[in-house]
Amino acid sequence: MSTRDLFTFHNRHFSIGVGITAAILIVTAIAGFVVLPFAQPWVRFSSIWDAICSAAGVAQRTASVTVPEQANRLSEVVLTSHTLSRPSQEAIGRGATLAQRCAICHGPIGISRADSPNLAGQYAAVIYKELHDFRSGARTNAVMSPFAVNLTDDEIADLSNYYAYLPRLPAYHPTPQLPKPNIVIYGAPLRGIAPCGACHGSLDNKTGSPWLEGQSDAYMKAQLQAFAAGERRNDISQQMRNIARAMTPQEIEAAAAYYASQPPDVVKAVD
Amino acid sequence: MLVNRKLILAHFWLAFALFGVALTLGAWQMFIRSPIGTWLSNPELYYRSLTAHGTVMGYVFPTLVAMGFGYAISESALEQRLVGVRWAWSGFWLIVIGSVMAVIPIALGRASVLYTFYPPLIGNLFYYLGVVLVVVGSWIWVALMSINLRLWRKAHPGAPVPLAMFANVAGSYLWAWTAVGAALELLLQIIPVAAGLKNTIDAGLGRIFFSWTLHAIVYFWLMPTYIAYYTIVPRAIGGRVYSDTMARISFILFLVVAMPIGMHHTFADPQVGAGFKFIHSAFTALVALPTLLTVFTICASVEIAARLRGGRGLFGWIRALPWDNPMMLALAFSFVMLGFGGAGGLINMSYQLDASIHNTQWITGHFHLIFGGAIVIMYFAIAYDLWPHLTGRELIDVRLIRSQLWLWFIGMIVTTFPWHWVGILGMPRRMAYFDFGDPAIAPQALSVIFSAIGGFILLTSGILFLVILARGMRAPQADAGAYRFALAVHQPTTVPVALNTHALWVALMIALTITNYGYPILNLATSGGTSVPAVYVGAQ
Repeated sequence: MSTRDLFTFHNRHFSIGVGITAAILIVTAIAGFVVLPFAQPWVRFSSIWDAICSAAGVAQRTASVTVPEQANRLSEVVLTSHTLSRPSQEAIGRGATLAQRCAICHGPIGISRADSPNLAGQYAAVIYKELHDFRSGARTNAVMSPFAVNLTDDEIADLSNYYAYLPRLPAYHPTPQLPKPNIVIYGAPLRGIAPCGACHGSLDNKTGSPWLEGQSDAYMKAQLQAFAAGERRNDISQQMRNIARAMTPQEIEAAAAYYASQPPDVVKAVD
Repeated sequence: MLVNRKLILAHFWLAFALFGVALTLGAWQMFIRSPIGTWLSNPELYYRSLTAHGTVMGYVFPTLVAMGFGYAISESALEQRLVGVRWAWSGFWLIVIGSVMAVIPIALGRASVLYTFYPPLIGNLFYYLGVVLVVVGSWIWVALMSINLRLWRKAHPGAPVPLAMFANVAGSYLWAWTAVGAALELLLQIIPVAAGLKNTIDAGLGRIFFSWTLHAIVYFWLMPTYIAYYTIVPRAIGGRVYSDTMARISFILFLVVAMPIGMHHTFADPQVGAGFKFIHSAFTALVALPTLLTVFTICASVEIAARLRGGRGLFGWIRALPWDNPMMLALAFSFVMLGFGGAGGLINMSYQLDASIHNTQWITGHFHLIFGGAIVIMYFAIAYDLWPHLTGRELIDVRLIRSQLWLWFIGMIVTTFPWHWVGILGMPRRMAYFDFGDPAIAPQALSVIFSAIGGFILLTSGILFLVILARGMRAPQADAGAYRFALAVHQPTTVPVALNTHALWVALMIALTITNYGYPILNLATSGGTSVPAVYVGAQ
């Protein structure tokens, strides 16, 4: 018998093999697409076709469910390995000129005297993302938003590169260094909190996460509280909101105080 | 007739050397996240190690074993020289280059995405290219197996294909088709993003593509083990295969139903319709069938050996088995682990039961018991059985071999049983650190410690294995004779064309893939707004 004779229904193996396979497929399909959808008393289908579509995973818009409009803009910034690579001296110079207007809050050399973030030596990716978010409205702040709204893409890149270029200097009011609290070094795995240090330095740094050493205690606490309350929403995938919501007030205090007390020269160089 | 011994030995040595490295990493991981290790304070190192462990154990090690064993089967079962030896070497070197290419970015911390890729995480481009090269290298083997069988058929028209080669080619076809899912994910989705051509990715679609590969790959890993059950064990213990037809039916069933079931890995994924999840769940239940057939046939074959040795009574024959024979020991251990692992698998495939153990340590325990336990212990047995024929030297350390197998069995039970248990208690998987000081998980600390000790028992056994093989290379020369496979009680003289060729079953495998995967893939690929920004590992 040749292979040609194999694929005919005269061949017992062919008819049995195909028959059993098709029968199993049909029975399971009827069960999965018709019987089981109707077996769920809490779901109402208008027709069999409706049930089949639902079981097949077709995105459904039923009249009884209104999809809430997305009230708040989400961050749309995407960083790749090439977004901010190798700034020219001119770009940094242009950034320095633009940065004149930031100096009133962030300090003339990027060290704030007013509980605003210190930007000297911050990762370019971080400043780039925050400025984009302020501009798009994904993050809002009465003071920052008006500054950011008129910046062009190039200006944002220049500013990011300029601040990243500045040396990391001690905070304006250095305090004695505190030991690492558990939340920074271990997180709280049972509540789904990764260690702060896994993204923000001390252990490792992840793209788009700022280093926090020497930043203002009050600022960091305020941001954690804003994340927890859902007032700040520009964290992609909600990772900071999920973490901040699960943190206790004591942990927020401890994390902010710890990072504020660290000298920025311990930040790992990434270039 | 083993002619290309160097080729086969090269595959085995590379496989086992990489296995040794990955095993060491695995033991370190068990230790470092257990209460007896001091926390590293750097989860990145843990995930780096985990990616290397998974990539080697999942893609490189079993593929090389299947390839080396496949070449050995092709030469000895068909009794003809391997055709395409240069191609075989080029496949081997592609795997070497691919492995090096993948391991460097992992070691640099640029590809800590785990071997399952997990988009939207995106690692270094060279990691993915390395994996692609490994797969391409193995596809050369698939083509060679098919070509060699075709040539044999031409020379022996109408003759029954030897069982070992029939199963071997079935395994190679299964691999060729199952690897397509991950290949599509890599080529269409991940590599364009890793190369910087795109910066968003449809993670849901990526998971569906990967599930296409992820389950059937396990059956590809399993194939050498099942071939050893049917064609090596009965011969090694002095018995006969109870039924050649039953063996062929088992391998055919694997070919047909191993493939369209991968979505039981995505029960918790919202992007897949519940109807498709149900179909995949039902087909997963079917895949237990060839395993049950195999357990029956092999037990019957073993009983034949025992009765030939003078065993009597309903169960009295069990005592008459050659328990000092490493092959007997490996088979028994493999069956015990397959039994427990298979029972766990039935829980995983049940939609409702899965909910209680989904993404917990239970799952990690399960696949280590099945793959690391039932499957890999037979890889050891295959190596021990083939070694004298490949090296022309005798393996004299039979006691050491037995101890190695015992240690692997004990180590695997001690590692995976507590692992399952803490999974039931809800301990999540893929975590680099657990705070065992917390009262909520402090009671699980003891189980995790046992598990870590098991990891070191396994490491000891793995080192012993490598030592035995290395000593086998320097043992006194001895002629092991021709390499033979087990004979059936009734050796087939004619076999129906359906059980002697793969075409019908490959066609059914592809048809079921289309029915079970076609619509979900099409639906996700055509619906807009499903892509998310990529998260680049190590980008700053």
